[in-house]
Amino acid sequence: MSDASPEIRFVAKNMRLDLRLIAEMIAPDARVLDIGCGDGALIEYLIRDKGADARGIEIDMAEATEAVAAGLPVIHGDADADLAFYPDGAFDYVVLSRTLQAVERPREVLRQMLRIGRYAIVSFPNFGHWHLRWRLLTTGRMPDNETWDRPWYETPNIHPCTIRDFFALCAQDGYVVERWLAVDDKGLGTPWKRSPWLANLFGEQGLFLLRRG
Amino acid sequence: MNEALAPFQRLEHQRVLFADGLALDCGAVVAPLAVAYRAYGTLNAAKSNAVLICHALTGDQYVAEPNPLTGKPGWWDTVVGPGRPIDTDRYFVICANVLGGCMGSSGPAEPKPDGSGLWGTDFPSVTIRDMVRAQKRLVEHLGIDRLMAVVGGSMGGMQVLEWAATYPEMVVAAAPIATATYHSAQNIAFHEVGRAAIHGDPDWKGGRYWEDGGIPAKGLSVARMVAHITYLSEAALGRKFGRRLRGASALTFLEDVFEVESYLRYQGSTFIRRFDANSYLTITRAMDFFDLAAEHGGDVAAAFRGTKTRFLVASFNSDWLFPTQESRALVRALNAAAANVSFVEIATDKGHDAFLLDEPVFHRALGGFLRGAAAKAGV
Repeated sequence: MSDASPEIRFVAKNMRLDLRLIAEMIAPDARVLDIGCGDGALIEYLIRDKGADARGIEIDMAEATEAVAAGLPVIHGDADADLAFYPDGAFDYVVLSRTLQAVERPREVLRQMLRIGRYAIVSFPNFGHWHLRWRLLTTGRMPDNETWDRPWYETPNIHPCTIRDFFALCAQDGYVVERWLAVDDKGLGTPWKRSPWLANLFGEQGLFLLRRG
Repeated sequence: MNEALAPFQRLEHQRVLFADGLALDCGAVVAPLAVAYRAYGTLNAAKSNAVLICHALTGDQYVAEPNPLTGKPGWWDTVVGPGRPIDTDRYFVICANVLGGCMGSSGPAEPKPDGSGLWGTDFPSVTIRDMVRAQKRLVEHLGIDRLMAVVGGSMGGMQVLEWAATYPEMVVAAAPIATATYHSAQNIAFHEVGRAAIHGDPDWKGGRYWEDGGIPAKGLSVARMVAHITYLSEAALGRKFGRRLRGASALTFLEDVFEVESYLRYQGSTFIRRFDANSYLTITRAMDFFDLAAEHGGDVAAAFRGTKTRFLVASFNSDWLFPTQESRALVRALNAAAANVSFVEIATDKGHDAFLLDEPVFHRALGGFLRGAAAKAGV
């Protein structure tokens, strides 16, 4: 073998922190689909370090191409259009990180995730965070921070929700919340896990592990 | 057209003869079976680093070396070679002339076994699957049980799909590029225009032009001209030629007026020197017949259910002959079969021909996919 073997681009410690939290939820040797996988950092880690059969879908062509060029099984596609084509129970885990708020039909995407996967792992920016509430209350303007960094008329985040909204949707559609946590914007776990009310006020992001009821 | 130019010449090619022949989908047997091929690089001790390249309609086995007929560089010189995406320093690369072709494999331009002249239009009708069966004979002859990868664009991509569907245990990785699981009605229609041009040329002589050493030059070159338009895009033609005139002094329809016309005529006139008309008829028909779903109860996913093969599907956004939607349908069928698949659509204005041209993003994706496949195959 020549020395042209692919270089290792990511190690776990360089991975986005919320992806590390997601990776910790995934059992070894699992079949995983990562929707909105970006350049494939999570699936590369899962394949190399957890023996997973991990695959990805990415809507951004440049990112999808990067992932494929790194030898990763990633398709250019999107959550709204492509999930319907996978068979029932094809995966152990289906991951949707920081993407739920940007899809066209979030409820249908969740339904598809739990049709093709045994577990769904979902993270999203919490629109109920006190800072957003404060800004809306005091200035009357849409929020403007790291997550909500584009004006309302061009943000891709067309379906924002709060952590409590998400609990309500899970209850309505009969999904079991196996685990959940609120994290700050660096993806570190925060100690609000006993109280959805507090988490909804102080958590920047919600991270949920769901299964069918 | 300069008739003094040497028409299609038959040369000696490196090839293997299989005396027992090959039984075809149409029921006929071609015996002996000749498979002409070229190979590059070195087969490793484990015989695990073989990559088979499948060529397109008018391609041939001279992938990565000057073509003996035209003297031009190999048709995939930018992709195959030392340090290239299909790296001949690492992989043992094989390419065979397709069954029905005119570069040494059994086909209309080869002598009939009974010594009564060339096969011509008596050569039986072949399918993409027949082509793949002939390649499988070659691969086995070379002592290879499993191919690290099968790669091809356009009709080559159809062969890749047929390989993965018919011999899944022999294919570690498959890269069908700028292709589809069936030939569309529009594509069949364009092929029929080409065939009609050949049939309508009095020099075709009912397919027996070879008897007096002539060729249906006019018909074959018109077939090539119309096909060539389908390989490009409106944007690429506009960029290269626009409406530029060739300096015609008066309004006329008797000579080349626009640059794009003389370009097409040139394409037609060079093609007749390197391709046999009856071969063109045989191979275009094989493409038209291709319908992978029809071979598997109407369901493409059924062709790949349970497959362990990894796939890279790639399309080009200005390709209107094999548009992205057909590649995306293939990807969805592979997903339905729970196959391991990568998919990219490359942005380019070069149309279908882009898969043959300098497209660095495509080359990076293909190279990365093959390195992943090599790691899986233990190469």
